[in-house]
Amino acid sequence: MATQAAQHHLVLILARDFASRLATPVFLVDVRGTVIYFNEAAERVLGRRFIEGAGMEADEWGALFAPSDDDGNPIELTNTPLGVAITERRPDHRMLWIHSTDGVERRIEATAFPLFAHEDECLGAIAIFWETPEDAER
Amino acid sequence: MHVRIWGCRGSIAAPGPETIRYGGNTSCVEVRGDDGEVIVLDAGTGARPLGERLMSEHEPALRVDLLLTHLHVDHLEGLGMFAPIWAPETELHIWGPPSPVASLDERIATYFSPPLFPVHLTEVPARVSFHDAPREPWTIGSITVSAHPILHPGATVGYRLESEDRTLAYVTDHEPALGTDLDAVDTSWISGYALAHHADLLIHDCQYTVEEYASHVGWGHPSVAHVAAFARRAEVGRLVMFHHHPGHSDDQLDAMRGDVLSGWSVDPARCIVAAEGAEIEV
Repeated sequence: MATQAAQHHLVLILARDFASRLATPVFLVDVRGTVIYFNEAAERVLGRRFIEGAGMEADEWGALFAPSDDDGNPIELTNTPLGVAITERRPDHRMLWIHSTDGVERRIEATAFPLFAHEDECLGAIAIFWETPEDAER
Repeated sequence: MHVRIWGCRGSIAAPGPETIRYGGNTSCVEVRGDDGEVIVLDAGTGARPLGERLMSEHEPALRVDLLLTHLHVDHLEGLGMFAPIWAPETELHIWGPPSPVASLDERIATYFSPPLFPVHLTEVPARVSFHDAPREPWTIGSITVSAHPILHPGATVGYRLESEDRTLAYVTDHEPALGTDLDAVDTSWISGYALAHHADLLIHDCQYTVEEYASHVGWGHPSVAHVAAFARRAEVGRLVMFHHHPGHSDDQLDAMRGDVLSGWSVDPARCIVAAEGAEIEV
């Protein structure tokens, strides 16, 4: 009997399609927090192209973007909106700073929520974020 | 596995002289397993003649597994005229896409109850069981069945049936190219790909010409070009063009087969236009 080929769940296919059409930055991870997609708008904020970031595990992108609060204190990955969405399976929203890979510190506002195909089937999480209007330098 | 097509028309039955070669009944496919399993794929109007055939062959008990891809009427309207459902000795298992909104039997009963149908689903004589299609493969006799959600408005699944080393994929009412370039995207991002990958026989929706699709984007069906690309990417053995548009004549379907083959350069014998009564060994 043939082994079935790998394929993303339809919910993730649709989420990626939705994200790819938005001018707002969107970051999509699977249920383990591994990056499965971010759109062009997110590429500009993160300073990294998706093709360079696909497949990054949570620890890796957490270290890369080094989220911190307004006082410069590091934010544990599990306390970021995406971390909350994945580990606690609930939506979250907050302001945070990230270290973009183009060397710029950016203050962003992020909302994340888990993606449930069924009540007991979480497939991952999606974060929508944007630079805050003041775009302040720390 | 042995396949017989009882209905291959999409959207609404379309009998008449223009459709006499390929048929006018809506979706219904019979699959017989190597151990005599009776699996029915969808219950369009083709389910009526299939039911009569089954009742004439099986006395007295009959187990039927009906796999519904979704609950649009053209895939369900034959259930009330499916003779085994009116026989108390029938054991009918109905499988369908799960929904967070209502159970499968509640959703089917929306159609199978007054005023749309004279009898309520709970009143039929057959012993009917309802099952949400599991997320993991399950077995029906000697056949392993997988169901995955596919791109079509509302909860819809496609099915993959495996027996020994043979695979049948039934992926109808499917718009895999919505928002996607099927030739460019990684296959893991193609709806229905895992169902169809390396299938010996793929039965796939083939509703629109390229020109028609342009004004039907998002309606849940592909163009001939999409079907060709999907078959090519999934590397299927044979393709059965299915779910014919009710307005397409037999001659138009022949022309659409040529269009599919122009995008899927294979031995023409590998591309088949579904026809009522056609029997195919998988």
